[in-house]
Amino acid sequence: MDRFLFLTLDGLSRGAVYAAFALALVLIWRAGRIVNFAQGAMAVAAAYVAYSVTAATGSYWLGFVAALVAGLLLGAVVDVAVMRLVDHRSPLNPVIVALGLVLLIHAVLGMVYGNEYLPAQTPFSRTALTVGGLAVLSPYDLFVFATVGVVGAALVWIFTRTAIGLRMRAAAFAPEVSRLLGVNVSGMLTLGWALASGVGALAGMLVIPTELGLHPHAMDLVFVSAFTAAVVGGLDSPPGAVVGGLGVGLLLSYVSGYAGGDLIPLAVLALLLAVLLLRPGGLFAPVTARRV
Amino acid sequence: MSDLLTAEALAAGYGPVPVLHGVDLTVAPGTIAAVIGANGAGKTTLLRTLSGMLRPTAGRILLDGRDLRGTPVEQLVRRGVAHVPEGRGVIGELTVEENLRLGALWRRDRADGVRALDEVYQLFEPLARRRRHLGHQLSGGERQMLALGRALVSRPRLLLLDEPSLGLAPRVVAQTMALLRQLRDDTGLTVLLVEQNVRSALAVADQGIVMSLGRVALAAPADRLRDDADLRHAYLGF
Repeated sequence: MDRFLFLTLDGLSRGAVYAAFALALVLIWRAGRIVNFAQGAMAVAAAYVAYSVTAATGSYWLGFVAALVAGLLLGAVVDVAVMRLVDHRSPLNPVIVALGLVLLIHAVLGMVYGNEYLPAQTPFSRTALTVGGLAVLSPYDLFVFATVGVVGAALVWIFTRTAIGLRMRAAAFAPEVSRLLGVNVSGMLTLGWALASGVGALAGMLVIPTELGLHPHAMDLVFVSAFTAAVVGGLDSPPGAVVGGLGVGLLLSYVSGYAGGDLIPLAVLALLLAVLLLRPGGLFAPVTARRV
Repeated sequence: MSDLLTAEALAAGYGPVPVLHGVDLTVAPGTIAAVIGANGAGKTTLLRTLSGMLRPTAGRILLDGRDLRGTPVEQLVRRGVAHVPEGRGVIGELTVEENLRLGALWRRDRADGVRALDEVYQLFEPLARRRRHLGHQLSGGERQMLALGRALVSRPRLLLLDEPSLGLAPRVVAQTMALLRQLRDDTGLTVLLVEQNVRSALAVADQGIVMSLGRVALAAPADRLRDDADLRHAYLGF
């Protein structure tokens, strides 16, 4: 029972990161109907910026902020300098371009920083606190929950309560009508990319220190897990991304705890396959009438 | 008085397919102009070109004597032009209130935006009752109200309407036309509307603009088009 509790809490902590990362994917999907396969590589790039800033200043938090800023900027740059130039008539085009971007970012990071694992530190201890003899959450886990919670709440607030959020939703749902109403649609798309990439960078900062460390490929498996989480929840649904993220985190924690960590990639792919076969729209997809 | 809207030798089309072949028209401020004509005459293309959604290949568009070329679509609302597009463009995923707020977002004066919203709710009571409903939950008539209301929230000087009667019950069409006349008389609003429904359009309009094959075949006072049987036969076929 102790083990089950431990695995559950650990799974929720990882799941919170997957949720944030899945949310980033959902943001871009909703804004521009693109699955950003470069999200993982972009987050790693932001984490390397944090590494450099922390190495230069000695401050984890300056590095943390630098990663978020780098994430925001990188998202905007990818939209303006890359995605906007891609012909979107075939949905495959942006996918291929995003995969190309992954190769480019991996190569550049490898050239600049090398292809070895670099140590990534956490701002709080990862040693679990014990309550009544039971090992529960570590201070770092609490930090992860709090950060993801704040970011999620901030996104909800931006999209439902602010004028800029209303513009972003309108631009995504009805670009042409929105322009007639004075909305700068391409600006909103760029903003959506920036926000998503910033959230992705944050998720990267949270998860990388809990794995092997900083490496150009550090987010590869996280990307697959978070993508699965987003698909489980339905790519159109932000609450779905959160629930999907937590669910995938739990599943992977149980798999690795009870069956072995080697099975994690297999479990992720099996889940992705099952969802795509049984409920391709995701669990939270709105019910749509189908004409037979 | 000088004209609010002028098009001179306006040409436009989709890709290599020309649709408008040199359209000339003028609309005086505080009047309603109805663009009528058969399917494929270029009426919707004309509206889309006037509101900047389609780039003209030749000719000029003047608003208050100032050339509109090069003005991005999203800037046009700031110059006082509101375009209610074909199918009316209600955003189904947003609530009634959000749709209306969009119409006022570009303004700096927030208080006036709120006032404009209240005015629209007074004008269209059903919308006030359904503020929190999503756009796609509305009936056809309510969507019409919402589309018109959203355009009015931006306090336009020129309202471009694409087929306001499409798919609506005759009673709703009559209400819409009466409202346009009321707005013209009370606020000096200028309206350019495109209509298949010639009778109801001419009933409300000051000027009738008959389009045929991408050109203006005739522009005449609406009452002349209504009353002169020969003219009607020649240009409208009834």
